[in-house]
Parts: sequence; structure tokens; C-alpha cells
Amino acid sequence: MYRYDERDRTLVRERVRQFRHQTERYLAGELTDDQFRPLRLQNGLYIQRVAPMLRISVPYGLLSSAQLRRLAHIARNYDKGYAHFTTRQNVQFNWPRLEEVPDIRAELAEVEMHAIQTSGNCVRNITTDEFAGVAVDEIEDPRPWCELVRQWATFHPEFAFLPRKFKIAISGSASDRAAIAIHDIGLQLHRNAAGELGFRVLVGGGLGRTPMLGEPIREWLEPRHLRTYLDAILRLYNRYGRRDNKHKARIKILVKAWGAEEFARRVEAEWAHLKDGPGTVADAEIANVRRFFTDPAYDAEPAAATEVEIARLAEAERAFARWLERNVRPHRMPGYAAVVLSLKPIGVPPGDVTDAQLEAIADLAERYAFGEVRVTHHQNLVLADVRRSALHGLWRELRALGFATPTIGTLGDIICCPGGDFCSLANAKSIPIAEAIQREFDDLDYLYDLGDLSLNISGCMNACGHHHVGNIGILGVDKKGEEFYQIQVGGAAGSDAALGEVLGPSFYAPQVPRVIARILETYVDQRHDGETFLETYRRIGIEPFKESVYAKAA
Amino acid sequence: MPRLLKNRAFVADRWTRVAGDGDRRDADGPLLLPLGRWREQRTGLLALPPERLGIWLSGEEEPDAIGADVACFGCIAIHFPGFMDGRGFSCGRLLRERHGYRGELRASGDIIPDQLHYLWRCGFDAFELPDSVSLETALRCLDAFSTAYQTDARPAA
Repeated sequence: MYRYDERDRTLVRERVRQFRHQTERYLAGELTDDQFRPLRLQNGLYIQRVAPMLRISVPYGLLSSAQLRRLAHIARNYDKGYAHFTTRQNVQFNWPRLEEVPDIRAELAEVEMHAIQTSGNCVRNITTDEFAGVAVDEIEDPRPWCELVRQWATFHPEFAFLPRKFKIAISGSASDRAAIAIHDIGLQLHRNAAGELGFRVLVGGGLGRTPMLGEPIREWLEPRHLRTYLDAILRLYNRYGRRDNKHKARIKILVKAWGAEEFARRVEAEWAHLKDGPGTVADAEIANVRRFFTDPAYDAEPAAATEVEIARLAEAERAFARWLERNVRPHRMPGYAAVVLSLKPIGVPPGDVTDAQLEAIADLAERYAFGEVRVTHHQNLVLADVRRSALHGLWRELRALGFATPTIGTLGDIICCPGGDFCSLANAKSIPIAEAIQREFDDLDYLYDLGDLSLNISGCMNACGHHHVGNIGILGVDKKGEEFYQIQVGGAAGSDAALGEVLGPSFYAPQVPRVIARILETYVDQRHDGETFLETYRRIGIEPFKESVYAKAA
Repeated sequence: MPRLLKNRAFVADRWTRVAGDGDRRDADGPLLLPLGRWREQRTGLLALPPERLGIWLSGEEEPDAIGADVACFGCIAIHFPGFMDGRGFSCGRLLRERHGYRGELRASGDIIPDQLHYLWRCGFDAFELPDSVSLETALRCLDAFSTAYQTDARPAA
């Protein structure tokens, strides 16, 4: 995992000092509310419905056990005893006291953490695949490039006052687990015909009011040109992105206005001036970053005996078998596995963890996974390097802690924004909807029979809960002061990304679980052998779902 | 009245900004002319020495429009219509890095002291600030960071 050097430490220290100065000037009346707002947002500080919210950056989702312990400490001493993991692999505290925020920042800085550029019209946290470095289908480890892009984006002098926020995701595997198509820029590492590594560059993806999938503007970019090429894209966006209407200010609107082909042509023209310039990535520079992402001290063991034992335990304990099936993922090293810790037990807001749980996870990470944890954009956590021989022991501990809910990738693994209970942007509550659905569908056999199925909930058009790309998506809408829920089907976030289609008129909250039930019944009725929900939807279209939901509701 | 921060001090501003193309005052003083006026009278204005010839660009005007002529100007001002409008940051870099402009590059209009450091890194060396901003605040903001991750267009200190 990346460790700060003197430059990183200096910059974070100077940022803490800078924001303290800005806060003092604001309190002294030297900065107006309008002037202070972008400054506090670029430091992760929102003023929310009930309290301030502080969003802390977790670069590309990687956390050390020491950082987890510090987050636990902050949750306990400065918040109400819990933290919330977000769909951008970050952490949020929903109840800090404004006057203590500088102290929280100082606590974070001690463990190489900060809240820099977690909000505001700037380049946000870089996100990636939670199985980076261990996935069996990995082409190249994206983490060194994530770190390089993190550095490039941090305090970039030209791009701190963009038309709107800007999100970048990088995937290094054949199967895209970083949802790159819904980012302002999506980068896919792959090899060209000559076998050379490069980036496929997608631009203009994003959800919100006008959801769009990113369009490829370059099939292969030599890695050393990554920064200058990003500079070219961002410069065009900064110069020509719309600033007259915040709902039309994301880069996707510019890409659509120009067309992807023309956009690509103009990027190439701008890049021609920057290519091979001082921003070019030197071999020594990427080599220096790569050394932070080397393999831990794997200690592979004879797999056959282990597998026999795992099979025996799975036979004896059905719950263990279920957990193996849904929550354990293959690892490129024989004898190892990646384990997903579910933060979706019924009755707990998705992504929420308590201070004691954070410490328990830190402890597990140290004992089972080289002291490292990853945050997923599904709001779960991952221990990426667990010995297969330790799986059963880990499972028993996870179960005791409440992290072994064996529903990863199923209907129970709901992505959900904080919604109207916390967020001042939300039109409707989202967490109670997630809980109602989890309670309605708590039969594991039924969930397993439904198989891979994503259900995403957002409390407003800003789409933090990624509802457009859920196989089933739920959007909270406000109609004359009343909360309603619009249902979509057919979305997907991975390599086969697609935007969902709206089913029809929206529903009251109490109707939602029954509507979901009818959608699921339609799938079960219509599916062919082995077909996932998404495959069935793609074969039969939206009509049968519509008929079932609205005919029966009438 | 804004004050001009240059070389780490508030200094007298010898340039007068000609607000729009409608302002027809004689162009022989040290004036910052609008782009339209420059285009219209370019041939005649080229006779002026750089100490007397300046220009200002708005956010949507292209630095390319004066790219071939930058050496003629003693001062180029980029006007920020609002401090959240970051187009001028790119304009500054383009003038310095693409067009090789070496004279005074000024940020005018609505900027806040908290932007000084990034503006400086984008090539600006003169800043119009409201009277209410103290020199101490301006300099602290200008010096916000002592190091950086990126290459940039910072002028010599």
C-alpha cells in the first residue's frame, strides 16, 4: 500500500493550515458564505440537514488497519459511534461538530488521511476494482496508476474550479468491477494487438439527472502519456464545459454536444501540444510508485488438503457453504482467497459500521490479511489476501461480528445512499426502503435462486446510490411534498454497462416491496435455465415486467 | 477600487482598463484594450511599444486570438467574471506555455485571495484584489503550499 513521502506529508500539513486560516477568515467575516462554500467543500465539509458531514478520502478504496483504528477513534470521540462507507469508496462522518473538524483533520493527518477534494467542482477521489492486485482476470494492477492519477489530481492548479465535479475510475481487469462507464473519465488497462499495455479511454459517463454511459475516445493510450492526455481532456472541459446551468455542467453534456468523435478530435489536437511535455510519466516515476504495490509475503501451501477440509466443513455447515459461495472470491495466488465483508445485515443502513466494528475489522485484517482492507463501491469491505486454510476460522469470527451475511451480489446486497434521513439534497428517504426490501426478501434460498441481481436505491436525481445501473433501480422523487419511488429495470454497471428503463408511474413507499416482488416473479416465470435477471430482461424487454406490475396493481 | 498585488506588494497600477469596444478614448496611454478594439486597430496599435500596449480577455475569449502577437503586449489581463469560473486558469497557462508570453499576466475581476497560489502556478504574476484584503492575507494565500505534484507555469518568484 502507498506510504506518504515528505512531499505528501508537507502538502497535507499545509492543507490543514490553509483550511484553518480560511475558517478563521470566514468566522471573522472576511469571506462570505458564497466564497467559503467551495473552500469547505473541497475539504470535504458539507453543512447537512441535521449536522455537518465530513467526507474523508480513501484513495482507490485502500485502508490500513492503523487507519481503520483511527476512523474508529474518530467515530467514538467526535461522532455518534459510527462511520458510513460510500459508493465512491470513501468514508463519511455524519455527526461531527463544526468546531472539532480541525481536530479531526489533525487526527487523520497522523495516519496519512485527509478530506481533500472529496467534494466541490474538482477532480474527486480516484476509484478502482476492490480486487486490484489479486483478481484472477487481471491484466495489470491498476493501483500504481491510481496513485499517479491521485497525485496529478491533488491540488492541480488549473482544475480546481471546473464547471462541476469530476470523477475518474480505473480498471485493470477483463471484467470491469470499477463501473468505469459511469465516470467522467473511465480508464481500462488492456493490451493492444502488439501485446503492449495501454489505456482505453472513455469520456462522458455519469448518472444524475441526465444519465449517460462513457464513450470511447481512444482505444489505446501509451501509459506514459496518461497525465498529459488527462490534462488535454480536463482543459477542454474547463474551457468549454457549460457553466450557465449546474444540471448541464458535467463533461457528459459537452461530449454529447460535440459528439464523441469531435470531442476525441479536439482532445487529440490539444494533446498534440502537451504530448511528451514535462507532464510525461518517466519510467522511474511509475517504478517508484509500483514498489508500494508489490505482493505481500504469500506463503502458499498444498492446496489439495485444504480444499478437502473446506469441502468437509461446507458439507457439515450449510451457512459456511453459503458464505463460501457468495462472499468468497478467487485469488490469483493458489491457496489464497479474497473475502467480502458484508455491511448489509438487515436493519443496518448499507455501509454503516460502528467504532467497535471498525476496530474488530482492523484486528481481523492484521490477523488474516496483511493488515489491509479495501472499500468497495457496493459499500462493503474486502480482505483481499486470506489463506484458504483460514477461511473457516475467519467466517466464524465474521459471523459473530455480523459481517458474514451471505448475500454478496444478490438482492440483499443493496447499494443505497444516505437519503432523506441525512442528506439535504435528497427528495425522499432511501434507507427505510432498503430495509423494507431486505425484510420482504429475507429467505436465503429465494435470494440464491434469484442469483446475481443488483438493486440500487438513490434518494434523489443526483444518483449517489447508482440507481440507473442497478438491475433494479429505485429513485426517490418528490411530488408536491410527498415521497414517491420510481422503479427502473435493466441497468448494469460492469463491462456490459447499461442504463435502466423506467417501468412507469411511481409508487408510495409501502407499495415498493410488493412491486419488487412482482418484478421478481416475472423474472422467475420467464427465465430460461441458468439465465440471470439481466439476461432475461435483455431477452424479453420491459413489457412483461410492466404488465405484471401495473396490471396486478390496478 | 481593487488594489494590484505584484512582486509581493500592493503597487500603483499604471494601466487603465478600457471596458468595452464603445469606449473610444485614445489608445496611446498604457491601456488594457478589449479584444475587439485590438482586432479593429491592430495595424496602427502595433506601432506602440509594449510598455503602452496592453489587452484584456474575458473568460470565453481565446488566447489563440492574440497568440501570434503576445510579444507586443506589456500586460495581458484575464478577466474572471465570477471566482467560481475557472476558465481563466487555463487561459493563463496557454498564454505562458503555448504562446510564450513573458510580460505581466494579470488576474482581474472576481477572484478571491484563496485562488492566488493556483493562479500563480498557472502563470499569473499580478492580481487585482479588493481593498478589504490585507497584504498579510494575500501573501499567506499566495504561499499556501511549498511543494506540488504537478509541473506548472509558475513565473520566477
